[in-house]
Amino acid sequence: MQILEFEKPIYKMEEKIEELKKLSVDTNMDYNDEIKKLENQTEEYKKELYDSLEPYQKLQIARHPQRPNFLDYVHYMCEDFIEFHGDRAGTDDRAIIGGIAKIDGRSVMLVGTQKGKTTKENLEYNFGMPQPQGYRKALRLFEHASKFNLPIITLVDTMGAYPGMQAEQTGQGIAIAVNLKEMAKLEVPVIAVITGEGCSGGALGLAVANKVMILEHAYYTVISPEGCASILWRDANMAREAANALKITGQDLLQYGIVDEVIKEPLGGAHYDPCAMAGELKKSLLAALDEYKNMSAQELKEDRYNKFRHMGVFEQ
Amino acid sequence: MTLTDWFNKRKMQQIAARANDVKIDDSISKLWMLCYNCNSQLPKKDLEKNDMVCPNCDYHFRIGARDRIKLVIDEGTFVEMFQNIKGKDPLKFVDTQPYSERQKSAKEKSGLDEAVICGVGEINGQKAAIAVMDFDYMGGSMGSVVGEKVTLIMEHALKERLPVIAFTSSGGARMQESALSLMQMAKTSCAVAKLNEAKILYITVLTEPTFGGVTASFGTIGDIIIAEKGARIGFAGRRVIEQTIKQKLPADFQTAEYLLKYGQIDFIVTRKEMKEKLSKLIELHSNK
Repeated sequence: MQILEFEKPIYKMEEKIEELKKLSVDTNMDYNDEIKKLENQTEEYKKELYDSLEPYQKLQIARHPQRPNFLDYVHYMCEDFIEFHGDRAGTDDRAIIGGIAKIDGRSVMLVGTQKGKTTKENLEYNFGMPQPQGYRKALRLFEHASKFNLPIITLVDTMGAYPGMQAEQTGQGIAIAVNLKEMAKLEVPVIAVITGEGCSGGALGLAVANKVMILEHAYYTVISPEGCASILWRDANMAREAANALKITGQDLLQYGIVDEVIKEPLGGAHYDPCAMAGELKKSLLAALDEYKNMSAQELKEDRYNKFRHMGVFEQ
Repeated sequence: MTLTDWFNKRKMQQIAARANDVKIDDSISKLWMLCYNCNSQLPKKDLEKNDMVCPNCDYHFRIGARDRIKLVIDEGTFVEMFQNIKGKDPLKFVDTQPYSERQKSAKEKSGLDEAVICGVGEINGQKAAIAVMDFDYMGGSMGSVVGEKVTLIMEHALKERLPVIAFTSSGGARMQESALSLMQMAKTSCAVAKLNEAKILYITVLTEPTFGGVTASFGTIGDIIIAEKGARIGFAGRRVIEQTIKQKLPADFQTAEYLLKYGQIDFIVTRKEMKEKLSKLIELHSNK
């Protein structure tokens, strides 16, 4: 497990506990009281640390290479999953994966960005950065779901849509814009969860939803703090300041009405216990599905329209 | 300093200024302008008479929202709407200077309250609802106000059953309002969805430059997408792409002509023919 810079004190404390345990075995002396005390101290320190993370530290958790990805959640949450490939126009963009799934006995359309954990995987999934063809595949699946009355769940974890030459030639902007517009017309509940990085239009292109949730240490922003820092401060090293200014955390976004719910992560972040994380996520998803179960197609569309209609802060 | 030196110095300044996207404001630039394309020095008066199009090489200079309205809307028919929507600083955003101060200086620089003007007017006698962006107000970036005004004019058009034309010119979503700006992309696109369902004609005219959050929202979901000659249009910025793919991009990358070649837009118009083309389009779509 890769340890983040600000987590190092915890590991020092845990090392000490291990040493004591070893010592007590080696010397046959009872250090149980000291060990207990140290363990309690460590637990308390951890809780305090993870409760008071600053945005830039959360961002590091959100980007942790071992953070559970889309297929991990499929594995932990779904009884069934049949993947649907391709945009039916020549490409299967692996940065977005989708298919029909069964969660707690209910059929849903599950679509999300996929990041890898190894270099090989990351090359396959293009580091979770979709091409226009990925957004078009997603839209095809959304429309399929709308036709067959399957609620849609999207899991978003992306640094953004891929900035490449071919992406521009084949309409990266247009593909996202079309998704935003067409998602407004879907006749089934749409639930979106920002599970890691929610960067810019590339994330929003899967998140025009009735309900938008975010994991505790995930972030959602108009531009990556690094990008923002290099434009506004003209110095990418100011990313920490940019992360503060951009108000990227779930707790901030809840306050501005951008997200509806923050889902708690296991202590230290989702990667410390992917199974428990998936359990929490599943619980929130099932509750959200229940919430929209009895709404008509028209009501669902209006609900979605009104949600985004009220976003923005201005004088009148 | 000889006159040639003086012109050369001026030229270098303008080229440098263009690279950094800043305007130089000296007494000379009030009288003369350098064509970025053919490098000829042009008397500003002549240029203005020619709708800010270079008489030598047909290069289209960027123009502001008020000039755009003058150019396409019949004289005396434009009624501006939603001027009451004004900007705030919801995140108390501070980078190298506070957002509130940036808003103030943008207002002074552009003479506008925000980066878009909305209203209704006539194009060769045909009524239309229009939203016109202005790059001079904070790079035409879209924050809460732009999103709200664009949505309001679409909702007005929906009620009155008027065709809508959006003229874009924007660097993208406004960073200083972060996720609130991002959500304006969803808000405006949802409004376009309503126009679609009501079968109301929506035309977008992409002008120099249109990027990021505007390209990825209401800018490129017109029933018809038009680009003004020479306009640079894209999702990601050229520099970001070059850094990502570690390759030099072709000179015409992300121009209107490039997009046309790759099938992303319906057609290109020159500034001269714009009004005529738009009125023709509206007329051709109003088969009653």
